[in-house]
Amino acid sequence: MDFSLNEIQVMLADSIEKFIDNDYDFESRQKFADSDTGYSAEVWQTFAELGWTAVPFSEDDGGFDGGPVDVMVLMERFGRGLVVEPYLANVVLAGGILKRVASAEQKEQWLHPIVTGELQCALAFVEPQARYNIANVATTASADGDGWVLNGSKGYVLNGRNAKMIVVPARSSGDQSDEDGISLFAIDASADGLSITDYATIDGHQAAEIQLQDVRVEAAAVLGDVGAAFATLDATIDDATLAVCAEAIGIMQKLQDKTVEYSKNRMQFGVPIGSFQALQHRMVDMLTACEQSQSLLMWAVMVNAENGDDAKQAISSIKYQVGVAGRKVGEEAVQIHGGMGVTWELDVAHYFKRLTAIGQIFGNADWHLDKLARL
Amino acid sequence: MNVTFTAEELAFREEVRGFFRDKFPSRLREQQLRGIPLEKGDYIKYQKLLNEQGWAGVNWPVEYGGTGWSAVQKYMFMIEAAEAYAPEIIAFGLNMVGPVIYSFGNEEQKQRFLPDILESNVWWCQGYSEPGSGSDLASLKTRADLAGDHFVVNGTKTWTTLGQYADWIFLLARTNTDVARRQEGISFLLADMKTPGISVKPIITLDGEHEVNEIHFEDVKIPVENLIGEEGKGWTYGKVLLQHERTNIAGVARSEVRLKQLRAQAAQSVRGGAPLEQDSNFMRKLAATEVELKAMEYTQLRTLAAVASGKAPGPESSILKITGTEMQQAIDTLYMEAAGYYALPFVPHQYAPDFGDAFVGEGAETTTSLRYFNFRKASIYGGSNEIQKNIIAKHVLGL
Repeated sequence: MDFSLNEIQVMLADSIEKFIDNDYDFESRQKFADSDTGYSAEVWQTFAELGWTAVPFSEDDGGFDGGPVDVMVLMERFGRGLVVEPYLANVVLAGGILKRVASAEQKEQWLHPIVTGELQCALAFVEPQARYNIANVATTASADGDGWVLNGSKGYVLNGRNAKMIVVPARSSGDQSDEDGISLFAIDASADGLSITDYATIDGHQAAEIQLQDVRVEAAAVLGDVGAAFATLDATIDDATLAVCAEAIGIMQKLQDKTVEYSKNRMQFGVPIGSFQALQHRMVDMLTACEQSQSLLMWAVMVNAENGDDAKQAISSIKYQVGVAGRKVGEEAVQIHGGMGVTWELDVAHYFKRLTAIGQIFGNADWHLDKLARL
Repeated sequence: MNVTFTAEELAFREEVRGFFRDKFPSRLREQQLRGIPLEKGDYIKYQKLLNEQGWAGVNWPVEYGGTGWSAVQKYMFMIEAAEAYAPEIIAFGLNMVGPVIYSFGNEEQKQRFLPDILESNVWWCQGYSEPGSGSDLASLKTRADLAGDHFVVNGTKTWTTLGQYADWIFLLARTNTDVARRQEGISFLLADMKTPGISVKPIITLDGEHEVNEIHFEDVKIPVENLIGEEGKGWTYGKVLLQHERTNIAGVARSEVRLKQLRAQAAQSVRGGAPLEQDSNFMRKLAATEVELKAMEYTQLRTLAAVASGKAPGPESSILKITGTEMQQAIDTLYMEAAGYYALPFVPHQYAPDFGDAFVGEGAETTTSLRYFNFRKASIYGGSNEIQKNIIAKHVLGL
């Protein structure tokens, strides 16, 4: 049992922290979020140069062979820096599917440029009616000669605005919520019949609603085996869930630090507000929530890195924890910052909004608690 | 980062498991499982068994006869002890006064007291709180006035757990009233409970049990050689002890075993009724508690790892005290809720060894409410949880 990072992970952590401190202040972040693409292509290039886009991929795929611990190191720090670049959508989600099932040709076409930072992709894992059940896929894929024709709707497609290729799960057989019968298709964003309505999300990220109307693709667009995509999808969403939990904990720690700091400087009634016991106890509760979440994250990440028997339980546990503790820490941070906490100007509100968004995706606290209750 | 254990650690776990399997009396296990209170002799018997194995001083340094175990070994021991339904080690000697004596006592005191603590020959109790000094411990009024080769002690100590069994007491008493800070002028003294002038008065708690006591000191003569460390520095020594106490209070391993048992119990029908696991509200509360506990387990492991790397248990032990006691209470509440009507019969007498009448309820059902009531104490003792928050605010957050 060892809670320490290895040498490479320490170096990775240092390089991200240095980048955030020197080149990624809050004003820049807001500027990137407000830009047409919703992120900075220049920053993304830096990510690639520093090797961060290669972290979770095998050496054969041109990656660094990183596992859940390495991704945690990265995402915690992205959380603290409130990074808006589409690492989750492009590297963890789209890259996560491709690294698992793409053929050599498909990897050459899509995965390698993701690893080198040259391509933006997306994974359309949400359907409007499905809520959090990723097996609920109503989008259909019908065989058509040597290709397929897809029809249906996808919601909350992260990075949908920038993606050149979108991985689309579609039902090639079975009933709407069957795990069997789901297939994955790599679809060019400019394909005929595919329409994209993109929008900003509350947390400064961007996503899209996508309609597929008789979108025709060749057989070469199928990723992995026809009708057997659920396990791939599920494993990729698990990776992504752990990744956003790590990001959330970075955010929670940042909010905790900022709130304590603010309470030491903000004077009311002639004294710092941090001298009030009513606030001290709330900040201690925040600290406890942060520490408990950090501990649980470490467990979840280690168990998943080692493919332990309780890997699934660990994922639901940490996502539930982040949902509950994240909301508590976020709301308390805003409350203790008083009027300033509810302004657009202060970064606290934006950390809070990102934390809130993380609570809503990949299954909220109730969704995961329900899974745990039925274990 | 990894959660795997080394071959040596796994072998150690087997050794501990073997000890509890082969040497821990099944009668004690049975009593613990059914919630039947143990008696003084039961605790002593268990601790003597541990000592024969060299395992009594779990947290003690090797030079004083301790185990010298690593963080992982301590953790494994706690888990195995809990799995075997072994009782708590009575903390007052082994976890409280022992560490103070080996840390701050003189050579003569170490030789005089430590072996009997390790061997559980002497039952210790704690004289900290007073009727007027609860969480505000520094306001204590018990006086110890120097008179030649002894102190004369007058005052009252309260909430003294199992003081009715005790052979010796360690206490904080004021030896100097002319001080700048209230924390100064307090001394750490040891007294034989048979010393004339000491009397023990039971306090019955809300569950009907006699667990705590009030201890009166009336012109009690304590020899100066029973003063630990320097006169007036008792607060410093006492604080170290409280930090050890807080880490121990958390009781993570025991909570894990109790929750596991509750989940297993929920899957079974009781008296032919529907199993509790069909109650989704209950199961969601159980699951939420399990998550919280898993987080605590890793917080404790992180703390143990920090201690193992040479740091003393610091103020973060206060976090464990808060979460640990809240956890015990949450589990008590779940057990009581699970028992439904059968939490209500007030029949502690039926657990006496010679009880011959009809037994009410199944297993430990009727003890669940008693434990729920009894453990309201957990968020109050050892410095109330609100005091812990003050400590964390000051020492961790710097407020």
